[in-house]
Amino acid sequence: MSIQEIVIPLPRELTTKPRRSDRIFRGVVTVGGMASLVILGLIALFLSVKGIHILREEKFDFVFGSKWEVITDDSGTIAESTFGIGAMLVGTLLCSLIAIAVGVPIAVLSALYLTFYAKGLVKNVLVSIVDLMAAFPSLLYGFWGFFIFMSSAEYWAKLLNKYFGFIPFFKVPAPIFERSPLIAGFILAIMIIPIVTSISREIFDQTPLDRIQAAYALGASKLAMIRAVVIPFGRGGVIGGAMLGLGRAMGETVAVYTVLNIVYQINWQVLFGAGGNVASLILLKFGEAGPYEVDALMAAGLILFMLTLSVNALADLLINSFGGKGR
Amino acid sequence: MSLNTLPTPQKPWKTTNRQRLSTSLLIVAAALISLVIIGSTGLNGKLGFLSTLFITSSSLIFIQQWRLRDVAAAKDSLLSSFALLGMTLTVIPIISIVSTVAIKGYKGIHIGMFFNDMSLNSVNDPIKQGGLLHALVGTIIMVGGALIISFPIGVLTALYLTEIRGKLSRPIKFLVQAMSGVPSIVAGLFILSSLVYPITKSLSGMMGSLALSILMIPTIARTSEEMLRLIPHELREAGVALGGTQWRTVAGVVLPAAKSGLVTAVILGMARIIGETAPLLLVSGGGDSVNLNLTSGAMGSLPYYIWKAFLTGGTEDAFARAWGGLLVLLAFIFILFGSARFISGRKVS
Repeated sequence: MSIQEIVIPLPRELTTKPRRSDRIFRGVVTVGGMASLVILGLIALFLSVKGIHILREEKFDFVFGSKWEVITDDSGTIAESTFGIGAMLVGTLLCSLIAIAVGVPIAVLSALYLTFYAKGLVKNVLVSIVDLMAAFPSLLYGFWGFFIFMSSAEYWAKLLNKYFGFIPFFKVPAPIFERSPLIAGFILAIMIIPIVTSISREIFDQTPLDRIQAAYALGASKLAMIRAVVIPFGRGGVIGGAMLGLGRAMGETVAVYTVLNIVYQINWQVLFGAGGNVASLILLKFGEAGPYEVDALMAAGLILFMLTLSVNALADLLINSFGGKGR
Repeated sequence: MSLNTLPTPQKPWKTTNRQRLSTSLLIVAAALISLVIIGSTGLNGKLGFLSTLFITSSSLIFIQQWRLRDVAAAKDSLLSSFALLGMTLTVIPIISIVSTVAIKGYKGIHIGMFFNDMSLNSVNDPIKQGGLLHALVGTIIMVGGALIISFPIGVLTALYLTEIRGKLSRPIKFLVQAMSGVPSIVAGLFILSSLVYPITKSLSGMMGSLALSILMIPTIARTSEEMLRLIPHELREAGVALGGTQWRTVAGVVLPAAKSGLVTAVILGMARIIGETAPLLLVSGGGDSVNLNLTSGAMGSLPYYIWKAFLTGGTEDAFARAWGGLLVLLAFIFILFGSARFISGRKVS
């Protein structure tokens, strides 16, 4: 009886080096993941390529000046042009600040309601409604605002003017209350409420349950609990959500174009029916613009892009560094 | 004394019927007071009534709580009234919007509108003539084109954030967030400056698709990232433990498990862009006849159709046409949103 030779299989080579298929997979996914970087970079690049010569010509007047004139001579060539988006930047800030001032308190209150008061079916339905509202197109808000909301908003604007007219903000040079920055701001507020509400609700939901229960166990009422636990915990996130809303409000085109009476002048009086924002300026001027003016519009788009990008960056920073922390 | 009778559990914190009755009596009293205020001062209308009702009822409840309990309870009741007010103010616009569009749009809907385009009619023609076939076809083609472009990019971004988790995860996450904040008009301007002026020199549906996909990618990326994060880590570990490479695990285990989530992401992305107007006004051309060719010729779309009917028309018929278009658009959004809810809801249960 011969001893059968036992074949011991060679130990498999253990390695942490990825296989070829994995390397391809990781490569493709990484390249795909960079898409957002590439697209944002391309947007900045192409808008600058088209608009940079306007910025160079106008220098800081493009941002601070408030004249948008193109004078052509008889042959149709441009004899003189001045581009400045100062008035529209003021309008953008005015409308979006009104939107934040009106929308954020309402949104935070309804987020508190959704997190701590609503229960069961009512909560589910309301959360769905708020999410659905965030998906509504701005076109819908714009035309609803123009045809339905305007008349009641005008009534309130008149009331404000009557009783608070001594404050410079609420003065009007002429009794035109339709299509004012205030009404546009209200429409923008209605548009950002669902966004801010859902972000705040998510942050409030993350409040540690043990802290909430500790507060209740110490005899806190709901108000005391929210003030002591929820607000310190969620403050940064809510501010970040508000900034996201601000970014959205700044870039809004169609709703503002529909509701606001776009007049090229700096207007601080929120009740007076004149104003504008950068995005609606682009839409307004684009139809009749020649090639040279289009370049100026590209420059305006570049400014708007940079503005919303920085607001969003700030929002992201706030949500990530202060969101979800507290005592 | 029998020991088997257990005392019924007491719930002293529950609202009793007496408390409910007193609260509703207070609200009725507040309504009466606000009616008097409305009658005697300059305030009027539904909004005036509702705001006075809110102020009077919340202050009455405040006083009641103060007298029955203490200041802390009274302040607490004030917060709950304000929270309810905030929720009401959030919900009122959506109810108003949906009911307005339903009531006004109803007149603009007729069966022929789904079979005709506007090539032979102007917006001011009687509502029975012409239709929105071209707009419907254009919207479906452009949204479909945008979907084909943005779905792979969005899912790859989500995979990078959840599966690779490289050094760049944090910046990429931020950039996706920033991209979702790009104003829609800037997306249109970008397509104009990068493709239309230097290369194609003409507006087409393709340009519309590209502009829409810039707005769609972040929505798809963020939603599918969330959905991929919901996949339990054990599934990935099981895949690798069975000897699968990362590629096999992702393709064979993770993505199939997240299928319904990815469908939800696609649907939400479509709902996000279906009503986008500003970029289409700049780059799609907005034709009046049915155009099936994505790469050449002006292409109509629902938002463009609505925009044109509102802005160039002046008659009742034009407005009815526009509201009808808005109703169709809203119906699309409802269907998309409802199916997203249905699909993602089924997955949880």
